[in-house]
Amino acid sequence: MRDLHVDEITRAVRDLCIRAATELPREVLDALDRAIAGEESPLAVEVLEQLKANAALARQTGLPLCQDTGMAVVFAELGQDCHVVGGDFDRAIHEGVRRGTREGFLRPSIVESPLRRVNTGDNTPAVIHLHLVPGDRLKLTVVAKGFGCENMSALRMLTPADGITGIRRFVVETVEQAGGNPCPPLVVGIGVGGTFDYCAYLAKRAVFRPLGSAHPDPRTAGLERELLQAINATGIGPQAVGGRTTALAVHVETHPGHIASLPVAVNLQCHSHRYQEAVL
Amino acid sequence: MRRLRTPLSDADVGSLRVGDRVLLSGVLLAARDAAHLRFADALAGGERLPVDLEGQVLYYVGPSPARPGEVIGSAGPTTASRMDRFTPALLALGLKATIGKGGRSPEVVEAMRRHRAVYFGAVGGTGALLSRRIRAAEVVAYEDLGPEAVRRLVVEDFPVIVVNDVEGRDLFQEEKARYRRLPD
Repeated sequence: MRDLHVDEITRAVRDLCIRAATELPREVLDALDRAIAGEESPLAVEVLEQLKANAALARQTGLPLCQDTGMAVVFAELGQDCHVVGGDFDRAIHEGVRRGTREGFLRPSIVESPLRRVNTGDNTPAVIHLHLVPGDRLKLTVVAKGFGCENMSALRMLTPADGITGIRRFVVETVEQAGGNPCPPLVVGIGVGGTFDYCAYLAKRAVFRPLGSAHPDPRTAGLERELLQAINATGIGPQAVGGRTTALAVHVETHPGHIASLPVAVNLQCHSHRYQEAVL
Repeated sequence: MRRLRTPLSDADVGSLRVGDRVLLSGVLLAARDAAHLRFADALAGGERLPVDLEGQVLYYVGPSPARPGEVIGSAGPTTASRMDRFTPALLALGLKATIGKGGRSPEVVEAMRRHRAVYFGAVGGTGALLSRRIRAAEVVAYEDLGPEAVRRLVVEDFPVIVVNDVEGRDLFQEEKARYRRLPD
């Protein structure tokens, strides 16, 4: 059993919030380069070049990539042999978000109640997903989730008879209705199976797989390729100016499901695909 | 590339066509969701708005906080369609242009045709780049809304593209059709 003090967690979350807001991961920059190489639309190429210039400026100056520095979503994989000491685990994460927001000059975008809608002023609280895993380490993934794209996400309880055709139709329809709102080119995370709630969670997990990685199951990987092709045939393009690049990647995660149902969740992620990880 | 200085006249907006690249200089008024709700409440109560919209350009933005020595933080466009339900009433007050990302509803496109106004797109997710074109920023109303307060921004060569013009054309629909490869 290894002791881990909550102050270390707070410090790590603070740093990850700031880095996520200002540093676009290498995998996204590489995907933008590939998109530029394959684009047919001159206007789309211009937009993609601006996304790269913005990322370079943000990294160089420490300015946030986007003014929507997001809702903090924290995936925590806690080793069973790691003992968190010195305080409350959740509170340590919220405190890290608070410090990251203040010290990184990030935008407070959270309202204390969705009904009263008064800004909390420090972007807390975070959404936390905690998992127990083997080992004695804590892996933290901090996501800065923008809401232009979160707003355009959707979930539908399809039936077994709808099948793959139904999934394809729902995914493409969701992307088409979203148009330019979610800031394409997108990363499209799709959950299939499980329950209503777990399906949405799977879609979120899917977004944060290594960008463009194929699912290990060949049938699922085939669906990912087919969906990416269909989404990029919509013509929407970067920022909806038209073109071949509406999505950079499609990731599908599945879970065993009930004989009566085929739940499908589509979580849209903007090109500002911001997340950072640390292992404590 | 066109250069325009705000406030905009009917002649200015009337000369713009879908796809025109424009560099805006002068004043932009920043307002988003919460400020629009208050505008609507004020108008419903027969009150005047805290800002005069005649000839003005409304930028849908909620900037991140300015760091010491800087005028503003990251400041890119937010989704315009969330403001659709409020826009026709503001166009009737003389608003000449809005700046955001994503498309507008048919009702807003029609209202822009009727009132001679345009919708500009700015590139979403380039808030760091766009902040460099903002020379000054001050809160002019609803300070308690924090990032959603109404701000007066002074910009120089702020880059936008005409998405909807006074003829009711739509850049996004036209360009999407051009690159579409899906069977309907």
